[in-house]
Amino acid sequence: MPERGVRHTAAVRGGSRPGGQYSFGMPEAAVDVQDVIVRYGEVTAVDGVSLTVPRASILALLGDNGAGKTSLLQVCEGFRKPDGGSVRILGLDPTGDHDALMPRLGIMLQSGGVYPWATAGEILRLFASYSANPLDVDMLLDRLGLRKFAKTTFRRLSGGEQQRLSLAVALVGRPELVFLDEPTAGMDVGARRTTWELVEDLRADGVSVLLTTHLLDEAESLADHVVIIDGGRVAATGTPAELTAAAGIDLLQVRAEPGLPIAALAAGLDAKVTEEAPGEYAVAGALDTDAIAAVLTRFAQAGARVTAVNTRRRTLEDVYLALTAGASR
Amino acid sequence: MTASTGTFTPAPRRAPMRTILRSQIRMELVLTARRGEAVVLAMGVPLLVLLGAGLTHATNLPTDDRLGYVVPGVLALTVMSTAFTGQAITTGYERSYGVLKRLGASPLTRPGLLFAKTAAILCLVGLQILALAAVGVVAGWRPDLTELLPAIGVTVLATAAYCGLALFIAGLMRPETVTAAATLIYVLMLAAGGIMFAAPGLGTAGWFLLPLAAHAEALRDTLTHGTAVPGTIWLSLTLWAVVALTAAARKFRWE
Repeated sequence: MPERGVRHTAAVRGGSRPGGQYSFGMPEAAVDVQDVIVRYGEVTAVDGVSLTVPRASILALLGDNGAGKTSLLQVCEGFRKPDGGSVRILGLDPTGDHDALMPRLGIMLQSGGVYPWATAGEILRLFASYSANPLDVDMLLDRLGLRKFAKTTFRRLSGGEQQRLSLAVALVGRPELVFLDEPTAGMDVGARRTTWELVEDLRADGVSVLLTTHLLDEAESLADHVVIIDGGRVAATGTPAELTAAAGIDLLQVRAEPGLPIAALAAGLDAKVTEEAPGEYAVAGALDTDAIAAVLTRFAQAGARVTAVNTRRRTLEDVYLALTAGASR
Repeated sequence: MTASTGTFTPAPRRAPMRTILRSQIRMELVLTARRGEAVVLAMGVPLLVLLGAGLTHATNLPTDDRLGYVVPGVLALTVMSTAFTGQAITTGYERSYGVLKRLGASPLTRPGLLFAKTAAILCLVGLQILALAAVGVVAGWRPDLTELLPAIGVTVLATAAYCGLALFIAGLMRPETVTAAATLIYVLMLAAGGIMFAAPGLGTAGWFLLPLAAHAEALRDTLTHGTAVPGTIWLSLTLWAVVALTAAARKFRWE
């Protein structure tokens, strides 16, 4: 099992800020969360989380249900004060500067938040009317495939359609920063693709995005930065590439003749060797170039004729499962 | 990475508050009109009481001028049904649906949302009073308009008190419980508030215990008899408004 060595890849917090080119004249990050604690009575939902969302970038907060993602988002959105730590949103205090901040934010809640008896068109037009310079309502309905539901009441929409409408509501005021709480939950594959493209367009147009998800492919394909949160704490942070590359190649699959002496092959290596099927050997561990060379040397010393070698790099899913499994189960 | 199209380039700016509030008030009114049970509660029941108790001798009243007694009471009842019962139920459900939370976190802001709700309620109360008074006049009620301003004054105070109570209980309980409690209180007040039966003989104490009875009595004094509103009723309704709004401000919850 990969160890927790990726913890230190904290590109999100340090000086490297890919969105920096947008920050000229507005130096503050879109989101700056430091050591935030959220408690519900005895339960500590968020336990000292720090993260930064640079301007015009997408940060994915990845974690299981109950990991503390929504609680952290609630603090960022000004719905509750943190029990510890500090939060700055676009340089402002989300509770103290609430009314000044709200027009600049787009908020998509995980569920609900709109009148069940109002139609999709009425809801979007209502939120558009709050803004002096809103997006075109019909364009947005088209973009999210909701045009034909404009006269359908919210409660008659499917879960995925409700999600898309909530996303439209978050965007209609041309916000600088959007908070998306599990934006593609309940969407079918097509709607999910559409939503991802939309979120990428947001970033391209200079909007900053903080989204929560428990979908690894969503985080991997969309996010500039991923923060894995587990049990209210940051388990790992980094770009998707950093997180998956941190421990190098993890699995080496070697095909040779069956029945080689396993103990001799593994001697002196920080890796585990198994013969998974006759003649199919798996070498698992944090394997750098030297280690891979050493493995093949052992095979040669054992007199093996190697006919195939395969390597497999970890996916974000491997990283995620390794990080969250140890702590919670 | 996709190229910038400029569609979503940030340009956030709050619309003028007047525009925001106007569209919010319109939304509140449209949604109220769409809920059949709210319309029945606010108009149907008072109308039945007006015609039933005003034109027949189905109930015992402390006077022979049946319409002069019943119509002002029905006007007071409709204020309570809209500002208290309807408002409490709507607010309870909107809270559980996350609507209050979401709208509070929009450029509308929380004070804006409360203002829009209050304005929509005043609008509705005004319309209902005009409609029911018109029915009363057609049925034969002859109001005296010399004390119209005090009548409007006590009605505004009663509306404020009911709104406060509605928001207070909507913040305390689950929406199902709020609905049951608000409806029960409505029925009890209908029976005991001096609308279609004489109010319980509690004297001035009754005006402090039952705001509906106080409001109904004030409307009878002004609109039927053309006399001033008793000082104790002013005091009672003012106290109710202050206490209810304070309780709402303390206990109201947005989510």
